[in-house]
Amino acid sequence: MEPFADTAAAPTVRAVVIGGSAGSTEVNRTILRGLSAAFPAPIVVVLHMHPEDGGLMASNLAAILAIPVVEAADKMPALCGRVHVAPAGYHLLVERHGTLALSVDEEVRWSRPSIDVCFDCAAKAWGSGLVAVLLSGANDDGADGLVQVLRRGGRAYVQDPATAAFPFMPTAALAATSLQRGHSPVELADLLLRIEVGAGHA
Amino acid sequence: MEPVEIERIEVNLLLEAIFQRYGYDFRDYARASIERRLSQFLKDSGIADLSTVTSQLLRDPAFFHRLVPYFSVSVTSLFRDPPFYKALREKVVPMLRTWPRFKVWHAGCATGEEVYSVAIVLREAGLLDRAMLYGTDISQPALDTAKAGIYPLEILKQGSANYQKSGGTGSLSDHYHAKYDVAVMNAALVKQITIARHNLAMDKSFGEVQMVVCRNVLIYFNQDLQNLVLKLFLDSLDHGGFLCLGDKESLSFSAVEHAFVAVDEKARIYKKRVM
Repeated sequence: MEPFADTAAAPTVRAVVIGGSAGSTEVNRTILRGLSAAFPAPIVVVLHMHPEDGGLMASNLAAILAIPVVEAADKMPALCGRVHVAPAGYHLLVERHGTLALSVDEEVRWSRPSIDVCFDCAAKAWGSGLVAVLLSGANDDGADGLVQVLRRGGRAYVQDPATAAFPFMPTAALAATSLQRGHSPVELADLLLRIEVGAGHA
Repeated sequence: MEPVEIERIEVNLLLEAIFQRYGYDFRDYARASIERRLSQFLKDSGIADLSTVTSQLLRDPAFFHRLVPYFSVSVTSLFRDPPFYKALREKVVPMLRTWPRFKVWHAGCATGEEVYSVAIVLREAGLLDRAMLYGTDISQPALDTAKAGIYPLEILKQGSANYQKSGGTGSLSDHYHAKYDVAVMNAALVKQITIARHNLAMDKSFGEVQMVVCRNVLIYFNQDLQNLVLKLFLDSLDHGGFLCLGDKESLSFSAVEHAFVAVDEKARIYKKRVM
């Protein structure tokens, strides 16, 4: 089976963004678990979380992953071989040249951080070098963001709704985009692993 | 040239046009956030591209004033971020007591909820009579709300929960009275608060103050403007005065880092060194 045959001639991966909501915490761990500090691009994770998370999500993730994890901070450069987790209560944006930025602008689709906001900025900053992954969730945040990623030439992958604890988010994303199908957590983990071993080519 | 590069040129030209035509300087605001707000303006007003906006705002001040609110940050609430107010009560108030009179400058106060929150903390500490509080912002509509001190009653509910978490010993309702569906802030608070227009990107120092509160404003500025504004705060502060920043804002790596010591790093409360 070759789930990503369409990306054989794809450009170098400049960044990976991962979004999710209800039911995404475990899947996110699964797909990041195989990676190391040798990962050739920055990874940015935006998951909806409790507003008083207090950095817990980042520290929990750091405790179980081999690849280094930090909570994203304003004006922090997004570094290769590192996972940057959006803090609770802030939108995570990306400036050109891949510097991260925070804002307390209005919630988007009742969410801050909003996946749409992050994916949209990331698409502008990293263009065709962006790989975006959308996981389980109970609302339609991320669908518009994936549309922007594809419009700017990036690649988008959605968790197969049949494998998601909350299929609403991936289903909405598949409906909003031209994507043909979703992918299992194992396939998504394999995609990221191949970016690492292929030194930047998915 | 990539479309994204062309869009960036359009943003540059628009910000330059606003500066030259109206004197508002948004050129050193953090770009990603500005671009999102401008996209929202395009969507809301049904305009196809930013070049059209630039052309129109150069000729039509009314049109420009419809755009201005998109640049100002107005997300705020009473006792937002309770741990900050807890640290304020426990670590700053005892030191403010040593000044016979003091001034607090709340820069970027939006609709004023957080100015009233600080005033309430001071009132409960018995220090309100000694304090003058100044709330400033660039957005006139926001300032009008701040000046009136009248808020929808429903936002007092969240405010009340935050107040309790901030270590409030009484009740938030000691500080306002409900009138139909609004809350009118207590006259004792309003009396000590002065609301004025001030543009951090362009205007000069506000005079000597003992405390500056500027929370979740610096994240909207680029590094250069951040340093400029921090320098303005440094120059405005009395020796031993306090600087309070937002939860995700830090003096680390800034140009004024050496001039302050942390009172509570987690609460982002700093003290100007006594030279």
